Amino acid sequence: MEAVTIENIIKTYGKKKEVLALNDISFNVAQGELFGIIGPDGAGKTSLFRILTTLLLADSGKVTVDGFDVVKNYKAIRKRVGYMPGKFSLYPDLSVEENLNFFATIFNTSIKENYNLVKDIYVQIAPFKERKAGKLSGGMKQKLALCCALIHRPSVLFLDEPTTGVDAVSRKEFWEMLQGLKQLGITILVSTPYMDEANLCDKVALMQNGNMLSINTPEGIVNNFSNPLWAVKSSKMLQLLNELKATDFVADAYPFGEYHHVVMKDISGEGSLQQFIQTHSNTIIESKIVKPDIEDCFIALMKPLSPKGENGEDKHKMKVNE
Amino acid sequence: MFILLGMPVVQIVIFGFALTNEVKNANIAVLDYSKDAATTSLISEFNASRYFDVEKNLVNYGQVGKEFKKGKIKLAIIFPPNFNEDLQHFNKAQVQLIADASDPNVANTLTGYASAIIIDYQNRITSNRKLPYTINTEMRMLYNPQLKGAFNFVPGVMAMVLLLVCTMMTAITIVKEKEMGTMEIILVSPMRPQIVVIAKAVPYLLLSVINIISILLLSVYALEVPINGSIFLLFFESILFILVSLSLGLLISAGVASQQTAMFISLVALFLPTLMLSGFMFPIENMPLPLRTMSNIVPAKWYYSIVKSVMIKGLGIKDIWKETLILFGMMIFFLTMAIKKFKIRLA
Repeated sequence: MEAVTIENIIKTYGKKKEVLALNDISFNVAQGELFGIIGPDGAGKTSLFRILTTLLLADSGKVTVDGFDVVKNYKAIRKRVGYMPGKFSLYPDLSVEENLNFFATIFNTSIKENYNLVKDIYVQIAPFKERKAGKLSGGMKQKLALCCALIHRPSVLFLDEPTTGVDAVSRKEFWEMLQGLKQLGITILVSTPYMDEANLCDKVALMQNGNMLSINTPEGIVNNFSNPLWAVKSSKMLQLLNELKATDFVADAYPFGEYHHVVMKDISGEGSLQQFIQTHSNTIIESKIVKPDIEDCFIALMKPLSPKGENGEDKHKMKVNE
Repeated sequence: MFILLGMPVVQIVIFGFALTNEVKNANIAVLDYSKDAATTSLISEFNASRYFDVEKNLVNYGQVGKEFKKGKIKLAIIFPPNFNEDLQHFNKAQVQLIADASDPNVANTLTGYASAIIIDYQNRITSNRKLPYTINTEMRMLYNPQLKGAFNFVPGVMAMVLLLVCTMMTAITIVKEKEMGTMEIILVSPMRPQIVVIAKAVPYLLLSVINIISILLLSVYALEVPINGSIFLLFFESILFILVSLSLGLLISAGVASQQTAMFISLVALFLPTLMLSGFMFPIENMPLPLRTMSNIVPAKWYYSIVKSVMIKGLGIKDIWKETLILFGMMIFFLTMAIKKFKIRLA
């Protein structure tokens, strides 16, 4: 059974519906899947989550969560899903324990009843259980919010950018927790602007400007990348990037860590690139064929939608974690 | 911007033309045991004056008290039997003025006007006689013989404070949840809108009850304002008024998007009308018809009149059931509206 089905969702904002937030989105999430929605800020991720959690109504289209329609049966959905908004939304003047207790109570349950579910996460924040939630660090806040979203044993968990603004170690821990929850059979939908987190999901949907660019497993996305990809390093990186872009065999070139990644238009481009490297041998330090990773795929997928005249740096609006 | 520029204009107009401390066309009752030439002409003098309207002609003394209880009249004039004869034979006569001093300012002004009319009449009929006529006026200040100002402002302050605490504080509560984002999680939970709204009101209900107790203790022991009526009735009515204010606050809160707007609405749309139109600062009787009509939708007006009736005049439920019913209706209306307006979704 599908945990979430989405058919042709359109959502606009504004009086004249001039802002298109979601443009005809359709996809399904299977039960027990860890589903990632990746996209830059403003892609429509939060709008999509709010529609899924019955907080917003779509202009058109049909959405079911756990078999219930989000419009007609919103009350049933509100009982069985867990939702963690992108903005920290617990009571800052209640302590850690009080917050958890409060959310257990409004879902007609108790901490005791479902403690085993949150135990692994809660033990990490338990030393601070007397502290006011507003005084916790970013990572702690997210852990507490996750506990609160889990305390009623939801069947589907919606996490809107849970790792934004959280340090690298906490992010890693957070994803480990999600893997653990997946083992318990909870369907998890998670949105993130960090491309490197895509590899941790069972399935990934890439969103941009309200459009769904690709839905696949992380491997599937990488395997679809067919163009040859090279990494080039030079002593004059900026000059190199501009020169690469000016050539006719390069489809795209962009900075990638300490290298520039160069995507050829087709297989014959490789020969041209080698010639290019020889003519620039005084500055080019290193060049090699690389296997595309998921970030290369996203950059390639997003390129056709980017407005003309945009340079490589701008396409990196998506946060690349170093 | 409109409010910033428009408010002074509106206030000048309201204060300048509509709200005056001057008392005009006050309803009075006359109990005339003589019914002779002198009393008839004196009564017509009263009627002719722009300050008084003779509302009722009474036949016995018992009716005077009843009329005051109904709150319809501000002043009663009592002529003893044989007024004219006394005046003609002994050159001396007596008249009694009884004023409703639960509002001491109005009572003072009215007895002043009434005495002036009587002295005026006395001087006119004396003018071509050697021996002057003397009409003695005996005054009685009903409910508040010492004319203490506290008798007026304690009920007013009670209405003000309860409205402030209940409406303003609750007005920001729901909207605060919206601003903090906690509303987003609360909505995605099995909590029903009614429960959310009512749960928001409970703490302020308790706070306000403490407020009433402290106001009453202070007024009884420090200001020596007696509680003449039933204290339980007073409490019941106060709690009813608190509920009205809470519901109103919740209605504001459910309808607006930011705490600032909520504060502003409760200030402009509630505080000022309550101050001006509850009858506490300015007598409602003297306002032009539009303002008088408007005052009927101000909950504090009804509460103020209830507190005065129960606390100062010592009246029971049968004299204030109308006001109670109106407050009750307002509460139901505001609460239903608040629950209806409470958005089950974000937009």
